[in-house]
Amino acid sequence: MSKSHTILYLDGVSVSFDGFRAINNLSLVLDKGEMRAIIGPNGAGKTTMMDIVTGKTRPDDGEVFFNGSVDLTKHDEAEIAMMGIGRKFQKPTVFESHSVEDNIMLSLNGPRSIFPALFHRSSTEERQRIDEILATIRLDEKRNDLAANLSHGQKQWLEIGMLLAQDPKLLLVDEPVAGMTDAETEETARLLKEIAKTHSVIVVEHDMHFVRELDVKVTCLHEGSVLSEGTLDFVSADERVVEVYLGR
Amino acid sequence: MITGKLFAAGADRRIAITITILLAIAIIVPVLNLAVPQNSALHIPPYAVALFGKYLCYAMLALALDLVWGYCGILSLGHAAFFALGGYAMGMYLMRQIGDRGVYANPVLPDFMVFLNWKELPWFWYGFDQFWFAALMVMVVPGLLAFGFGWLAFRSRVTGVYLSIITQALTYALLLAFFRNDMGFGGNNGLTDFKDILGFNVQADATRSALFSASAIALALAVYVTWRIIGSKYGKLLMAVRDAESRTRFLGWRAENVKLFAFTVSAVMAGIAGALYVPQVGIINPGEFEPANSIEVVVWAAVGGRATIVGPIIGAILVNTGKSYFTGALPDYWLFALGGLFIAVTLFLPQGIVGMWDAWRARRRERLAAGEVVAPQEVVVRPETAAAGKWSEPDSGAEPQPAE
Amino acid sequence: MTILRLLALLLPLLTAFVAPAAADEAELREIIAKFATAKGFAATKSIVEELAAVGDPAAERPLVALSDGDLVFRESDREVFIGKESGRTVRLLDPLTGEVLGEAKKSEISKIKVNNTLRRVIRDAVGALTLSSPDPVVRIAAADTMFKTPSADAIDALDAAIARETVSSVRRKLEQARASSVLVSDLPEADKLAAIEMIAEMGSRDAASLLIAYEAQSDGALKDAATAAIAKINETLAFWAVAQNVWYGMSLGSVLLLAAIGLAITFGVMGVINMAHGEMVMLGAYTTFVVQELIRSTAPGLFDWSLAIALPLAFLVSGAVGLAIERGIIRFLYGRPLETLLATWGVSLILQQAVRTIFGPTNREVGNPAWMSGAVDIGQMSVTFNRLWILVFALGVFAVLLYVMKRTPWGLQMRAVTANRRMASSMGIKTPWVDALTFALGSGIAGIAGVALSQIDNVSPNLGQGYIIDSFMVVVFGGVGNLWGTLVGAFSLGILNKFLEPYAGAVLGKIIVLVVIILFIQKRPRGLFALKGRAVEA
Repeated sequence: MSKSHTILYLDGVSVSFDGFRAINNLSLVLDKGEMRAIIGPNGAGKTTMMDIVTGKTRPDDGEVFFNGSVDLTKHDEAEIAMMGIGRKFQKPTVFESHSVEDNIMLSLNGPRSIFPALFHRSSTEERQRIDEILATIRLDEKRNDLAANLSHGQKQWLEIGMLLAQDPKLLLVDEPVAGMTDAETEETARLLKEIAKTHSVIVVEHDMHFVRELDVKVTCLHEGSVLSEGTLDFVSADERVVEVYLGR
Repeated sequence: MITGKLFAAGADRRIAITITILLAIAIIVPVLNLAVPQNSALHIPPYAVALFGKYLCYAMLALALDLVWGYCGILSLGHAAFFALGGYAMGMYLMRQIGDRGVYANPVLPDFMVFLNWKELPWFWYGFDQFWFAALMVMVVPGLLAFGFGWLAFRSRVTGVYLSIITQALTYALLLAFFRNDMGFGGNNGLTDFKDILGFNVQADATRSALFSASAIALALAVYVTWRIIGSKYGKLLMAVRDAESRTRFLGWRAENVKLFAFTVSAVMAGIAGALYVPQVGIINPGEFEPANSIEVVVWAAVGGRATIVGPIIGAILVNTGKSYFTGALPDYWLFALGGLFIAVTLFLPQGIVGMWDAWRARRRERLAAGEVVAPQEVVVRPETAAAGKWSEPDSGAEPQPAE
Repeated sequence: MTILRLLALLLPLLTAFVAPAAADEAELREIIAKFATAKGFAATKSIVEELAAVGDPAAERPLVALSDGDLVFRESDREVFIGKESGRTVRLLDPLTGEVLGEAKKSEISKIKVNNTLRRVIRDAVGALTLSSPDPVVRIAAADTMFKTPSADAIDALDAAIARETVSSVRRKLEQARASSVLVSDLPEADKLAAIEMIAEMGSRDAASLLIAYEAQSDGALKDAATAAIAKINETLAFWAVAQNVWYGMSLGSVLLLAAIGLAITFGVMGVINMAHGEMVMLGAYTTFVVQELIRSTAPGLFDWSLAIALPLAFLVSGAVGLAIERGIIRFLYGRPLETLLATWGVSLILQQAVRTIFGPTNREVGNPAWMSGAVDIGQMSVTFNRLWILVFALGVFAVLLYVMKRTPWGLQMRAVTANRRMASSMGIKTPWVDALTFALGSGIAGIAGVALSQIDNVSPNLGQGYIIDSFMVVVFGGVGNLWGTLVGAFSLGILNKFLEPYAGAVLGKIIVLVVIILFIQKRPRGLFALKGRAVEA
């Protein structure tokens, strides 16, 4: 199979912790510009897969390629992030003692070494970019508030905003709508679809309503490998998916 | 322009006031000591100058710790080691200045080496007869140690309590090493009986006053540097690493380098503090490496309020004033008092004096604003602490780390 | 036969603590006094014989001194002493006890003269005195002395002694002494070769030095035999040196294990940093001291039981203090490990100062019960009983703890609370009490470690400080949350330390170990036996 048109290419990946196989011979291919939704019961290996892609966990076995040619198993988190893979955690993780604006500022694409940061002065361009992102995630009003004082949904959005600031090629988004109201969920789906126009995205979500809203190809994981893949209708009609995940 | 910035509002104003006070006492105290007649009520006796000069060095050490602990969450239990190394570098210069005025009148070898029957100066004592070289080593030695140690520790992601424990082991290993006569640093007795610094008698009142001024100015400078670091984008990054280390990694920052820079700067600061400390107390011995000393520094910072710059200075001066009082008046009760202080601060005053003051002011402002929502500006808000036992998972990927 | 051998092994231990029976000292002194007035070698000889006839081994000292030319008398009062020259003066020692009595100028004293004939008489007399002693320990000592100072003249006396010896271990010693004497005799080469072989089999340092000396002055087949024998002995010695180091290392390891095992519970299982852990050990040691003081003043007969009485008390004392710390301080600080560290450090300062105020700053005397005293030789290494018991005790405590953690309902609850507090709580487990009791258990175990450590360490308010860093190192090195890790960690660090000591010295060895651990933690931040998995990493 040619990898050149893929943004993410996992083949035969396995990882086990103390005998427990969290990922078992997992193969997954994401084309450039594609958005994919991943579903699956707890412990199916969704988060571990993201750990592997972002360099947090090293696979025991298998190939992981980014952009068709970069072997991700040879790089660590910071390098992978610099290559253009952004990640949003399951539980929103923002810098709570910083203002919303500073959170975005620290995420902005740019040099990542110490001395430039030490003598950094913000440019007009930079401020414009921050304004843009704050407008996109609708936190313009809150720009001077401490991130700690945001609501749960707002933190989720701030984290998505930080991802946007990073301007990655591929976004891994883990449960973006957990704890959101229905209105917020719809809003988030709209935002993600907007992002997907210019980026490749993987979304992990339990909320079927939200997945339907996204209207993309779905992969269902179970016990560390792919159980079913296709349109949401195809997957949710799969007997095995119903058995282990959706329930009758 | 700098002054304009210095007198900006809020926390920045506090920094400005602190620096002004420090610079003022750097002038006033020597004047009151040297120029005011002894019988005057305003006269400051020489012992008080030396004592207060010592406190200023401690304050600088506490500030150095605050940079890594308060702003980066690295609880170093070995910071007194950097202080002592700076002190030893200065002590070596002072030893070489004694020349042939030692008991054995050897022009090159310090007394303890003659006593141990050493025939020539060990290589690592070369150059210490030059002040500029010693001054350089005061910064280079602690800096290099911190750099090497931090490079290993941060790269392999040793965090939290583990890091604290190995920093303690580091200072303990140094303690044992410096106790050895073979190390060539005077063993148990350390370095003492100093005569001159830059040609001035270390015992003279004028020299003491000058050292005091130097300490005050160095501390003012350290406050300024720390404040500039914290205010920069790097400073924000430092706190970001403290609050959510893995988040910074996934944004592409090298958290280990961020920490390493702060750790090294902090160690250099501690080394300078130690170098100023030694000529004022007249001795440096391995006791300075005692793990207990390093932990005491932590309580200074905690009492004053960490991550506040000013707090650790206040804490160091307050606790040491208390220590001087207790060890004089009620020597048996000092450890009770210190132990009690450790417990009381952690249980009832986790933000320290300055933190409490800020919280109180913020509340008052809120009351005044009556209903209007005012974001507290100076209070460091930390994420909710995780459940018990959570700390033992240093690199908590998906979850924010407790700030400590 | 085996029983006899066992007896011979145990006798030195038993007799070491029984004061030697007072001989008829006055009679001996009376005879010794005569040396001062003896005129000529013949008269001296008759006094020697008279002295030997008393049959008291105590006569050996003055006789040996006489033979060495060290027996002197003071001109002024004609009192007899053993004189040791040091520069211009002579130190005067009591001829029977060897106690220093004073000094005199060389001019003030005279030596009692001896010649070779007399020396021979003395040697025989001394040999007979000690070789025929009813006490096997004395006979072994005599054989050892004769081994180290071989003389062809002694062969006859040794042959006689060998013939009548009934204890096999003593007979072996006598034969070895004879072998060393054979080497310096003019007996045929075959006898000497047999003697070299016998000495080589001893494998001790003494045997090696004897043969090295012999090698230098012999030639031909004998020299070759000696060279081969020396090589053989060195091999044996090298083996025993390793064995001895392993033993010292295990002994240190058991001490580390004892100190760290309580920490393996509070830090390893609960995740609480207790800087006052060392003080829990100290409290245990002081409990032992108090128990022994009470026994000394009320029931001295129970002294051998003092440790057994102290164990449960120390557990209770340290456990109670631990419970108080947990309820009073630590429970407010769960989830804030660095604050816990600081608060418990404060507790440790207070406990140290409290003990210093009550018991004083100096070391307190804690005695060893009889069964913990003494040593046993295994091959070429010496094993002291207190160290042996501490090793056994440490392993015992470990086994009990392991059982409690893995096999009892309480252990299950403990592990459940550690694994998932909220889940455990909703299953009806009273988590606050599990926390408190677990912490008390860890502290109590530190207390009983203190009882054991009081036997080999100074009992002072600083006792705990000496162990705290080591204990943390052991737990971190072994892997937090893993009791087996603590066991392996303690013993490997102990043995590593003792193997470094001969090359680097004690202090440098310790520094190297610390640096090794620091580097090791960089490499494996979670220790030797780390738990893996997403649950740990995430």
